[in-house]
Amino acid sequence: MALNYFQPLFEVIRDKDRCIKCRACERQCANEVHKYDGDLDKMVSDSHTCVDCQRCVCICPTQALKIVDNPNTFRNNSNWSQQIMTEVYKQAETGGVLLSAMGNPKEYPVYWDKILLNASQVTNPPIDPLREPMESKVFLGKKPKNVTFNEDGSVNTKTSPTLELSTPIMFSAMSYGSISRNAHESLARAATELGIYYNTGEGGLHKDFYQYGPNTIVQVASGRFGVFKDYLETGAAIEIKMGQGAKPGIGGHLPGAKILEDVSRTRMIPMGTDAISPAPHHDIYSIEDLRQLVFSLKEATEYKKPVIVKIAAVHNVAAIASGIARSGADIIAIDGYRGGTGAAPTRIRDNVGIPIELALASVDQRLRDEGIRNEVSIVVAGSIRSSSDVVKAIALGADACYIGTAVLLSLGCHLCRSCQTGKCNWGIATQRPDLVKRLNPEIGYKRLVNLVHAWDHEIKEMMGGMGINSIEALRGNRLMLRGIGLNEKELEILGIQHAGQ
Amino acid sequence: MVIDANEVGYFDLNKVIVASEDTDITVKNAMGQRYIGCGVAGKTITIEGTPGNALGAYLDGSTIIVHGNAQDAIGDTMNNGEIVVHGSCGDTTGYAMRSGKIFVKENAGYRVGIHMKEYQEYYPKIVIGGKVGDFLGEYQAGGIIVVLGIGYEGNVPVGSFVGTGMHGGCIFIRSEQAPQGLPVQVCCEEATDADKEKIREYVEEFGKQFGYDSEKLLADKFYKLTPNTASPYKQLYTHN
Repeated sequence: MALNYFQPLFEVIRDKDRCIKCRACERQCANEVHKYDGDLDKMVSDSHTCVDCQRCVCICPTQALKIVDNPNTFRNNSNWSQQIMTEVYKQAETGGVLLSAMGNPKEYPVYWDKILLNASQVTNPPIDPLREPMESKVFLGKKPKNVTFNEDGSVNTKTSPTLELSTPIMFSAMSYGSISRNAHESLARAATELGIYYNTGEGGLHKDFYQYGPNTIVQVASGRFGVFKDYLETGAAIEIKMGQGAKPGIGGHLPGAKILEDVSRTRMIPMGTDAISPAPHHDIYSIEDLRQLVFSLKEATEYKKPVIVKIAAVHNVAAIASGIARSGADIIAIDGYRGGTGAAPTRIRDNVGIPIELALASVDQRLRDEGIRNEVSIVVAGSIRSSSDVVKAIALGADACYIGTAVLLSLGCHLCRSCQTGKCNWGIATQRPDLVKRLNPEIGYKRLVNLVHAWDHEIKEMMGGMGINSIEALRGNRLMLRGIGLNEKELEILGIQHAGQ
Repeated sequence: MVIDANEVGYFDLNKVIVASEDTDITVKNAMGQRYIGCGVAGKTITIEGTPGNALGAYLDGSTIIVHGNAQDAIGDTMNNGEIVVHGSCGDTTGYAMRSGKIFVKENAGYRVGIHMKEYQEYYPKIVIGGKVGDFLGEYQAGGIIVVLGIGYEGNVPVGSFVGTGMHGGCIFIRSEQAPQGLPVQVCCEEATDADKEKIREYVEEFGKQFGYDSEKLLADKFYKLTPNTASPYKQLYTHN
């Protein structure tokens, strides 16, 4: 047997006095970490396959379990970290591309945490959202440049198609296939109850979920999975996926093993075959080509639906966004380098793209400078972790935010970042029926509704504190932001002053 | 219904086509208007002239006949129906089409049949009479592509990189020699008589459409290209 060059990442600690050998942990762990040893009459564990998803810890009725970092360490080295060494061992053994899941976990700066919000004192009094009406509703889409009048002198109120959101939050694109049916159902029902939108991702739309169409954004990606007339007509908006923050510049690949019957039907491809989304749309090599796809979708849906173009935040994002705004798209979605994924090559996830905060600030500024900010709404993603991130994003110029990871956390995800294995013990990133049924959509959707209600209230409180009673008055209001611990260049890009100024 | 498309923009032209209750529509003097027949079901649209890009995109069961040449991206993400071009067409013909048929009398551009896929009763078919450019059947995931090479006998009627990323479906090329420089994902072998039976129906239909002797065409040598594994990327990754 080949020598094992690296040790398990985690260690399972079992309190023998507490363990009652109920074997719940054994039944719950799809990674087969726990096992009952009849000869010894005790529970034993193999930490090698543990991913620290915390399922067993949460399920253990006597709190007998803890998962801790394996205290075993390689000799300390500031250059060659244990993680980098382990990755070299893995690749030397298998010759494979390292594959990870969820957002970039590296220690890059989080600009949201270096931006502070304003509040009113003495002058311009704060507003209490419990007492006074606060408007957090937003409309996404093209806005007219000027007020125009009809022939009879009345104001022309005919606008381009828009999306109406009760609060500036939407659920990010996550395909059926990458996440489970129950997870999708939770998203769809929550979006409907909340008056917001969820996004099918590029895996098509399950027939059972067509009923949630008015709160569904349908995605069209390079693989065109599940894209046909009914699909386009069912959604409230159509999103063209050009890129994704977790893996800018590369496509997607759902392995054949995950294409079971239901996923196959939704994607409209045979069971067991790989679903490959090529890196580019092969008919798009320019803004003019993008315009062609935007308008072919508009033609197919009789100009009734806004078209979103989603891109990853990359170096030239401002110029690209300017092009998209001129392509006829109604909404630009920008996904930052922290954006989540069900699977992405580790090196790409961790090294490609730029922070969403900087991308957003430069895109908003560029579109304003060019006088075309009204042509598109801006939706940002990757990663929005809390209501204060939402408020800061809107003050930096966003119209709304996409949230993905926070959604999964609400459904039970503990960010073990092992989605790519398809063995999600929380029933989210898996297609195994025994695991999927652990996520009850009845509970799941309520948890999502709770989350967004809580954030909505917090958004209103923060706005109220600033003396602002409408989200419209917060958008692009960078005077409400101050940087902390940022250098001149960062402040310049963000278009904000330093705290104390 | 007959529509004169002379100096009519695509927006107005397509509005008339979609709104028309007639199932038979003839468009005269087409001059590059895009998106004709986009997502349209249950109609027969005959076009005289040159329609623009994205002809019959998301087509959902209509028939489109072009008396002239067509441009890029015809039948993009087409779900069902038929497109017949009595001339040549441009790049990405039948991009991601899921079902239906495309017949092109003469040549087609690059990336013909890219990411075509099949599913249950959905089975897309493309028959090109002449030659095609590079990247024929790139990422092909299903369906059948036939290149007849009529008028190019003695040459291989396809460009380079045929079937790059192919992981389903098959490609038939009427040629004395096999295409060169094929990627590793593709198996290439001379088509047997049994193989040719698979394309007989489509070649016969092509012959009928454009006046060729399909028996004569089918008697010639064909090469058949198929993916050599259903999961070309399976071994690529290491969980991290």
